[in-house]
Amino acid sequence: MNLSEIKDFLIGEFFVTGDPTIYAAQVMIALTTIGIIFTLTYLKKWKWLWREWLTTVDHKKIGIMYIIVAMLMLFRGGADALMIRTQLALPNMDFLEAQTYNEVFTTHGTIMLLFMAMPFLIGLINVAMPLQIGARDVAFPYLNALSFWLFFSGAMLFNLSFIIGGSPDAGWVNYPPLAGGNLSPGPEINYYLIGLQIAGIGTLTTGINFIATILKMRAPGMTLMRMPIFTWSSLITSIIILFAFPVLTIALALLTIDRLFGSHFFTVIGEGLPEMYVNLFWLWGHPEVYILILPAFGIFSEVISTFARKRLFGYKAMVYSMIIISLLSFVVWVHHFFTMGSEPAANSFFSISTMAIAIPTGVKIFNWLLTLYKGKIKFTTAHLWALGFMPNFVIGGATGVMLASAPADYQYHNSYFLISHFHYVLISGTVFSIFAGLHYWWPKMFGHKLNERLGKWAFWLFVVGFNVTFVPMYIVGLMGMTRRVYTYEEGLGWTTLNFIETLGAYAMGIAFAIIVYNIYYSARYGERDKTGDPWDGRTLEWSIPSPAPEYNFAHVPKVKGLDAFWIMKKENKTKKKEKEPYKPIHMPDDSGQPFMMSLFFFISGFGFVWEWMWMGILGLVGVGVIMILRTFDKDEGYHISSREIKRRERAAREDRIDE
Amino acid sequence: MSKANESTIQKNIPLEYANEEGRVKIIGFWLFLAAEIVLFASLFAVYLVYLDRTADGPTAEEIFEIKGVVIQTFLLLISSFTSGLATHELRRRNTKGVVVWMIITLLLGVSFLGMEINEFITYVSEGVNISTSAFWSAFFVLVGTHGVHVTFGIIWISLILVQIAREGINTVTSRKLFIGGLYWHFLDVMWIFIFTAVYLIGMVL
Ligand code: HEM
Ligand SMILES: [Cu+2]
Repeated sequence: MNLSEIKDFLIGEFFVTGDPTIYAAQVMIALTTIGIIFTLTYLKKWKWLWREWLTTVDHKKIGIMYIIVAMLMLFRGGADALMIRTQLALPNMDFLEAQTYNEVFTTHGTIMLLFMAMPFLIGLINVAMPLQIGARDVAFPYLNALSFWLFFSGAMLFNLSFIIGGSPDAGWVNYPPLAGGNLSPGPEINYYLIGLQIAGIGTLTTGINFIATILKMRAPGMTLMRMPIFTWSSLITSIIILFAFPVLTIALALLTIDRLFGSHFFTVIGEGLPEMYVNLFWLWGHPEVYILILPAFGIFSEVISTFARKRLFGYKAMVYSMIIISLLSFVVWVHHFFTMGSEPAANSFFSISTMAIAIPTGVKIFNWLLTLYKGKIKFTTAHLWALGFMPNFVIGGATGVMLASAPADYQYHNSYFLISHFHYVLISGTVFSIFAGLHYWWPKMFGHKLNERLGKWAFWLFVVGFNVTFVPMYIVGLMGMTRRVYTYEEGLGWTTLNFIETLGAYAMGIAFAIIVYNIYYSARYGERDKTGDPWDGRTLEWSIPSPAPEYNFAHVPKVKGLDAFWIMKKENKTKKKEKEPYKPIHMPDDSGQPFMMSLFFFISGFGFVWEWMWMGILGLVGVGVIMILRTFDKDEGYHISSREIKRRERAAREDRIDE
Repeated sequence: MSKANESTIQKNIPLEYANEEGRVKIIGFWLFLAAEIVLFASLFAVYLVYLDRTADGPTAEEIFEIKGVVIQTFLLLISSFTSGLATHELRRRNTKGVVVWMIITLLLGVSFLGMEINEFITYVSEGVNISTSAFWSAFFVLVGTHGVHVTFGIIWISLILVQIAREGINTVTSRKLFIGGLYWHFLDVMWIFIFTAVYLIGMVL
């Protein structure tokens, strides 16, 4: 290669060019990066960053990092959503070109589901679940850090496509032949395949970690049927992850091999079957939506029973319905492609199995309502999100049952009716739960509350904006507007509805901005949580100081029933416990290896994206070297002395006495 | 955690299960194996669907050489047995026995791998490769994935052996070797499936 060839490559292929917004983004990203590097250097914070965050194996800090990255992704996915809605606000708009539009809805969907919703929930599980079961840590702290960093490098790789090489444009489902090598050569689709692959490995290891944690690390006395319901939902979610994610691994890998090495898994030449990809994808993809909704159900259950000040109604029914949902989730995948022309018998089977899911879900809704019934209800922000969830989710669920009817689906398929349905369940289910959980556990993470007034403003604006956006979408869908069209003609009767949708979308955007502002505001002025139990909670995480100390529990709690902390408070055991002598606590060592290993994964991924095999293999060698180093690691950890624990617990308690 | 827990070892229990850390890690590994089973199951499903999708290229019957594969199968089966013997020696805390049996296991594994590579080279020279047809794509990826797993297993278990040779048998090394052994048996079981689903069915159909 001579110099001018290199230049052509950089301008022609490597850096994305042409669109002024992208130039602006490139400049912004460069400036932000320089800004961050400068600030860290100026404030001499590099060491702090490395010691406290990049090398940490503390599940609470890892949870917080998940949440930070997920918030950033919510910003990115939300910006994409606003771009989509701006383009569709009026007929014949030319805000985005057709190609850019394809890229934007693809990144919007992918980022929202895989890099925002799921990691956000995993972050909350990381923060709360070990505390709820009275554990000092997760089963595999080092692996936990690795999981996070894999998610992070996958997410960064995927996002890089925006400025280097070009964004994927084949939809979040990435079906061949559109996503195959013939129709989409070049790096774009590779970003999708490899970014998701790396992040997916991280998710799988998280699932394994959580299952082992819940099965083996519970405090004495905590039988399975005494576990908080959020912990139950984490367990079932993790089991779904364990059985679903390997299928995604295969689907992505086979398509990657098709593209990079010319195999014929999904190409019709060579007798491959594109519909094989579709099947594999949804065999993972449908369970994935339960990975997104079950933890959300868990959060709502905790929040509702805390703020109704009652024990969760029908605890056992809740557990069993989650188990049934998880089983059913693996036998409904064909409802995503009734129109692909399977046999009628197959379509009927999947139609009925899909509708069956409504039954256990309905059971849960009734249990929440009965928990509220005659409760002493407190309308905190967290609780508002949980209460707002129910009516909206029912709308989403009811339209879901409509879609589950195979013959009717020929009408709804790939229309805005479908788009509205899944946003109703995903936003009112997952996004509301994320915000509920964020407000609920914030004090445990940071030691202060989020501001309630700002929180409520954001809530109301968001809920209204949400319905203003998606109710018209149902209608315009029934009128025939199909998904993934970048513009439409005048005179179809869609204009007003679309315009209203766009207004609603902007309202949600403002609501998100208020939430972000609230985080900043509350960090400065938020009410400090001196008791460790700001909501008069029921589960064990509220029995320890806020923010939770790194060893979690100075004394391992003894559990006597469901709502363990509530029982302790009733029996007045909390004070007595503090007088018992402390024992040294064993802690795992921090490690820079997970970060480094993920960095090599990133390098390798970047190499394969560009089909530079040497770089891909080099990265993998780096990964291998670190794995070898790890095998020889003694990983003995260290002890926190009983004196140190005493000092810290006193300091936390002194605060309580000041009150 | 090893040192801290060495004192709390319970008697009459295999060393690898003696402390909490060992038990948790072994559970974790079983869960990992469950994921591996799903992974292979997906590949098997793809392979079986693609059985007769050979486009106009050669079929399995024309290319497969069953004799080598039978030998490979025996090599792997025996290696599973010798790795079992290594675990037995582990229980008796006989470091030398462990190392000897495990080295034999690994040698058998290496020969298996050598034969597999050889098999692939032969097939390619006879004119089939990953881009011949959907069937051959599925074949090479399924069997290749197993081969990559075996390679990984050999490297990993060798590293564990180095540790056993250095430190002898304690809660940590015994746990690692036990897990390595589980992995090895798992690869053997997967091979039995491959032998049946790929080679036997391939020869018959
Ligand atoms: C501010 C809120 C949101 C708005 C206004 C919005 C808007 C849209 C619109 C208009 C589409 C259709 C694009 C098209 O078919 O051309 C779309 C697609 C999609 N959205 Fe959203 N969305 C929002 C939030 C979310 C959230 C929170 C999630 C997931 C948790 C999500 C997941 C998806 C997915 C998976 C697609 C399908 C993308 C594809 O077809 O490949 N969205 N969104
Ligand atoms: Cu589905």
